[in-house]
Amino acid sequence: MSDYALQMKEITKEFPGVRALDNVTFSVHKGEIHALCGENGAGKSTLMKVLSGVHPYGSYSGDIYVDGDRVAFHSIKESQEAGISIIYQELALIEEMSVAENLFLSHDFMKKGLIDYNQLYAEAQKWLGYIGLNIDPRIPISKLSVGKQQLVEIAKSLTKHIDILILDEPTASLTESDVELLMDILRDLKSKGVTCIYISHKLGEVMEIADSVTVLRDGQTVSTDPIDELTEEKIVTKMVGRELTHLFPYEPRNIGENILEVKNYTVTDRDKTVINDAAFTLKKGEILGISGLIGAGRTELFTSLFGGLEGKKEGTVLIDGKEVNIKRPADAIEAGIAYVSEDRKRFGLVMGMDIQKNTTLAALNKVMKNQLIDSNLELKKAEEITKRMKLKAPNLEVAVEQLSGGNQQKVVLSKWILNEPKVLILDEPTRGIDVGAKFEIYKIINELAEEGVGIVLISSELPEVLGMSDRILVMSEGQVAGEYPRHEASQEKIMSLATGGNEDAKSNVY
Amino acid sequence: MQNQTSTNIQDVKEKKISFKFDLQAYTLAIALVLIAAIFTFFTDGEFLSSRNLSNLFTQMSVIAVLAIGMTLVIVAGHIDLSVGSLVGLTGGIAAILQVWYGWNTISVFVVTIIIGAIFGLWQGWWVAYRGVPAFIATLGGMLIFRGMLIGISQGQTVAPLEGGFRQLGNSYLPYSIGYILAIIGIISLLYYTIRNRQKRSKLGLELTSGVMDYGKITIYSLFIMVIVYMLNRYLGIPVPMLIVVALAGIFIFISSKTSFGRSVYAIGGNEEAAALSGINIKRNVLTVFILMGALTAIAGLVLTSRLNAATVNAGDMYELDAIAACVIGGTSLMGGKGKIVGSLIGALIMASIDNGMSMMNIETFWQFIVKGLILILAVWVDISSKRRAA
Repeated sequence: MSDYALQMKEITKEFPGVRALDNVTFSVHKGEIHALCGENGAGKSTLMKVLSGVHPYGSYSGDIYVDGDRVAFHSIKESQEAGISIIYQELALIEEMSVAENLFLSHDFMKKGLIDYNQLYAEAQKWLGYIGLNIDPRIPISKLSVGKQQLVEIAKSLTKHIDILILDEPTASLTESDVELLMDILRDLKSKGVTCIYISHKLGEVMEIADSVTVLRDGQTVSTDPIDELTEEKIVTKMVGRELTHLFPYEPRNIGENILEVKNYTVTDRDKTVINDAAFTLKKGEILGISGLIGAGRTELFTSLFGGLEGKKEGTVLIDGKEVNIKRPADAIEAGIAYVSEDRKRFGLVMGMDIQKNTTLAALNKVMKNQLIDSNLELKKAEEITKRMKLKAPNLEVAVEQLSGGNQQKVVLSKWILNEPKVLILDEPTRGIDVGAKFEIYKIINELAEEGVGIVLISSELPEVLGMSDRILVMSEGQVAGEYPRHEASQEKIMSLATGGNEDAKSNVY
Repeated sequence: MQNQTSTNIQDVKEKKISFKFDLQAYTLAIALVLIAAIFTFFTDGEFLSSRNLSNLFTQMSVIAVLAIGMTLVIVAGHIDLSVGSLVGLTGGIAAILQVWYGWNTISVFVVTIIIGAIFGLWQGWWVAYRGVPAFIATLGGMLIFRGMLIGISQGQTVAPLEGGFRQLGNSYLPYSIGYILAIIGIISLLYYTIRNRQKRSKLGLELTSGVMDYGKITIYSLFIMVIVYMLNRYLGIPVPMLIVVALAGIFIFISSKTSFGRSVYAIGGNEEAAALSGINIKRNVLTVFILMGALTAIAGLVLTSRLNAATVNAGDMYELDAIAACVIGGTSLMGGKGKIVGSLIGALIMASIDNGMSMMNIETFWQFIVKGLILILAVWVDISSKRRAA
């Protein structure tokens, strides 16, 4: 017998072009709450997918031991049978079904071939009571808050035989009181001998609940330590503690006047405050990095400024010193703003359309003569801009779905640069792109800044933000938490602002 | 060295793509030729006779007009199930205005087309501004319009029409005008190609080989002349066919040359990306439905004219024929992809099957079965060719 509930040894998992996990070792003691920390893309989710059989045995190398026995899961079902249960950020509940039906989705209580609802509701009541959730099991899931839904999801995994419970960012969408409830449930489960793996960005919670912490970085294990040897600062240092590579072609530039000013900007969607009193400025030729955790409101702030987010907007937006009222993307384009979305397939490109037409989609008036599209002029413009972007494609009549991720991103950039924007918002411009194309995109960003375009660079990759930006704005929970000029910024400072830690840095806001 | 390899890969890719494009166009042409050959064989050549070709083009005209509009609707990612009922209703309104109220033909045409556009606006408003799925909004329209037709016509057949109205669907162009139009068409084709080549070389763009460009024109010209010659051997070019060609020309132009046309393709391809590119989704979708309504009214006028009467059942099931024509012609029901020319060929294939089978004295029920099978087959061929390419 081993005293480890779980051991993952020398796990390596490769995706085409990326080594997501590189020789990771991860050991969890029986009955402990073990936090798994790391930046976005450090490999946490991939590791959990290997464990749960989403990435089946054989698609990775290395060994997994549960309770000291070597296991090889080929599917999620097999890992569930071995007592491993994962709760993802995105919930797997059926909205229109009742709480009880959701709890026992895979094993109905049957009596003569029919569902025995009395027993179903009685059992459901029992499990809901067990996790301290006081709701009627007959009501549909859609009537519950997201936080309560999360708790139902936990109850659902408890109804099965369970030894190891994995929670992936469980508190991202929870309110304070639901977080407290969740913490109580976890402590209770621990006392009953269930082992928990807790993935979270919120280091405060980690310090409160975890017994030990493993930090991953760039697909490798940095360390595993018991919680009493750690502080929040120490965890942050471990998470980001890498040397910046010379991947970023930064050169000092002349930075001009204010091009974009945002004051008292608040967005509310129904009753929820999405952005709370944001204020910042952007200058001509400046690259403003935007940092923050997932869900900090970075994308929301800038899609809202671009007119692409629903909700009530308050505040002042000035472009070139003149107040603008942007209601929809067309207004933003008119005002000289361009927005390159983080999800190019969904928001950036018409995948079945050819490169030429995608390139000119937001700037059709640039290729029109007498109100008609001049297809020769269109081709000419498209050729010029894609050549500048060093796009690799056989010709411009190829549908963009046939291109690689990097080249697709270059088409999106072409599309917006063709519009000659004053302000270019780049949301995760290098996500899922290989290193070579990344470097080319960085060079293009620098060129544009050199030409006087004000650039907003939203990125979850800290080295990218630090390497490219003249100034860095940190967001946290829908607010601008603070900002640092390039020479003062460091990964540690940004992370602690983003995780809502360091109070001194907050005073740094103007 | 590495560059070398990547270029090679691109070359291979390019060949594959152009082959795929050709495949889709050729499959349609081959299917049409095959169908024509089969019917010609079984009717002892009667299928390709001047008289029958003239009939065939006249018969397909109503569905063809609908298919032109339906292509835009489907490309925009929607559907219109009400066009059959609306053909009946607009035709009925036209006949009532003339027969019961004695309106002259021109004002009847103008008012009917406006009414059609207004019904289109009604449906487009529900779809674009109220978010009702087009399938439901137009299914409702299908019932509403048929009900209105029965109501206003009191279940009667409205007939007969004045001579001018009857001519719309039943007259032919004089031989000389037919040839003149054909020659004008060929000359403008030539002019357009030459000017396009000049512009391209001025902009420094790559030119397609002259042999290709002028060869294409020669083939098109020959085709136009043969058709006009065949039709002139009978009574001349049928006016309904002229209407189809004219409308097709206008809508092909709209779909490829205007920002509205481009927006429709973008909306159907990816609505969210289109919206973030500054395209006004609602207004464009509304416009599509208004155009569909106007085209439906034109189809209603042609049908009423051909029948010399408006009946309660006029246009029944035409929506399905129009949708089938688009789908056979390669329009994707997912939106974003489709060509008007393809839909017209689709309409011609459908009409040929009706026409050829009735010439062979095959019972009518077989027409339904065969058309149904061809519809399924067409989509399967499309899907499997895509899968192979992917």
